[in-house]
Amino acid sequence: MATVAPPARTPLSRVSRDIIGALWEPDWRYRTMILVLLAILGWAGFAWVYQIKTGMGTAGITHPVMWGVYITNFVFWVGIAHSGTLISAILYLLRSGWRTTINRAAEAMTIFAVMTAGLFPLIHLGRVWYFYFLAPYPNQRLLWPNFRSPLIWDFFAISTYFTISLLFWYSGLIPDLATIRDRMKRLSGRMARFKERVYGALALGWHGSDSQWKNYRRAYLYMAAIATPLVLSVHSVVSWDFAMAITPGWHSTIFAPYFVAGAIFSGIAMVITLSVPFRWALGLEDYITEYHYDNMGKLLLLTSLIVGYAYTAEYFMAWFSGDQVEWESFVWRATGDYAGPFIVMVTCNVLIPLLCFARKIRRNIRAMFVISIFVNIGMWYERFVIIVSSLAHEYIPGAWGLYTPSWVELSITVGSFAWFLLWFMLFAKALPAISITEVKESITEGVWSPGDKKEGA
Amino acid sequence: MATRRNVTATFTDIHAAVGAVRSLRLEGCQEITVFGPIMEQELEDALGKPPSPVRRYALIGGLTGCICGFALTVWSSYYYPLVAGGKPLASIPAYVVIAFELTILFAGISALIGMFIHNRMPSIKLHPAHDPSYTDDSFAVRVTCALDRQERVQDMLRSYGPREVHVE
Repeated sequence: MATVAPPARTPLSRVSRDIIGALWEPDWRYRTMILVLLAILGWAGFAWVYQIKTGMGTAGITHPVMWGVYITNFVFWVGIAHSGTLISAILYLLRSGWRTTINRAAEAMTIFAVMTAGLFPLIHLGRVWYFYFLAPYPNQRLLWPNFRSPLIWDFFAISTYFTISLLFWYSGLIPDLATIRDRMKRLSGRMARFKERVYGALALGWHGSDSQWKNYRRAYLYMAAIATPLVLSVHSVVSWDFAMAITPGWHSTIFAPYFVAGAIFSGIAMVITLSVPFRWALGLEDYITEYHYDNMGKLLLLTSLIVGYAYTAEYFMAWFSGDQVEWESFVWRATGDYAGPFIVMVTCNVLIPLLCFARKIRRNIRAMFVISIFVNIGMWYERFVIIVSSLAHEYIPGAWGLYTPSWVELSITVGSFAWFLLWFMLFAKALPAISITEVKESITEGVWSPGDKKEGA
Repeated sequence: MATRRNVTATFTDIHAAVGAVRSLRLEGCQEITVFGPIMEQELEDALGKPPSPVRRYALIGGLTGCICGFALTVWSSYYYPLVAGGKPLASIPAYVVIAFELTILFAGISALIGMFIHNRMPSIKLHPAHDPSYTDDSFAVRVTCALDRQERVQDMLRSYGPREVHVE
């Protein structure tokens, strides 16, 4: 913390010191972790290059299951991306004071998760070098994308989501970057000058006058207001990738709200999973406390109940419709070759989160960490069950088939986790991982202050 | 010799700054600028400056995006007609998705551009009155007043318990 003098005189100044103090100067554990992640990423990169060079036959996907683990990963990562904007935008509009310490990390998670998700349609493409055909641009072939296709909707939804999330995150960072710049001004040394210049350039000349704040707060409010319907639309569009097809198990009107709830559910779980090691490693235990886990636990429980309801409603509709193929497909999903993933999905997503009804468990950080890991696993399996078990068991028994992922697919899946964590770790040491400005606002408004483990909502 | 003076008072409490701004406005001072690490609605109201023009940028951007979304999809359907089952070429319900996404995209980007234009960002030079503590824990109330009222303004600011007051 030597580099972040001067010492704190006031509570507000203490916030700047603590959060900026957690930056830079990585220890050996951090460096080792980065090396491990790079090694995994290198292996996954090799697997992808091998797939591009040899052909899609190296992946396990084949008729009738043409969408396998890649699309599972795509939907999983897009889902993870949803909590960030939910916590930032929706809870901002609802004026929930407890969001202040986790929103920055959740937004960063959103961006990195979209960056991960966005890779999978490309990896899944047979000829990845033609991916730019998705973009509408004037060309010599006089062709335009088919705007009736859910896959094109998805391309638009994901790229809009990425752009808006990035801008929202960056605009939230501007006052904090100015705080770092000004803190570096008071220090001497070449490193401080360098940081002052870099963070100063990123802060774009922010000086915090009332007129700047006024325009800034307006712009931030509008960004939050438009990001909210965007979050809901993006995962709805992802769900329509499936629901627009007539495959039994996919063709359902419940898909959009079902996917949105699932996405928020998995996103909250990932925020919990990442924030536990992160608060410990950066020494920010006073900033993310039992109070925050209590509230996140409630959100986790709510979305888990919605997801559980959606599972039940799907089965009810399949039975109530009297459609033989639909019902057969759903029975097979729970009892057939993919019964294992189905059981994992129900246990992790519906049964285990019920523990969050207990206040003691919600306020126990270790317990929440364990529950969140189960939810992450469960949500990955949910995507797998929806995608693979529906395709494997369509209309004609002669066209049924099974799917097992190949080593290439599994390597790339593991690599995607490494890619995501690598970005998150670089972020945690380079940018203020907790919003300095918003913590100060919470203190001034008397909503919450560091070290406060207050009871109740 | 200049006939006007800039008086700056630095507070550590935003509520004291709000009180100071209110009394300055009652006194009839017009040119008040506040610098601070955070901003609250109360302080914005106390300053009573006109609403931010950023709202117009968001609206115009959103409308442009919506029109562009429909224009691109409908135009390209007619430009390269693919007749399927005699159905209309422009499938409006399907195009709503594209138009919606572009509405959001354009509104967000233009709100941010509006903010940059009106905040004069990016800029290399900071405001001449800026001090590093203004992004840390200090709220500065800076008021420009006539030379003969300087004493009065200074006394008024002092009554709210600032960390320091200085005149330039």
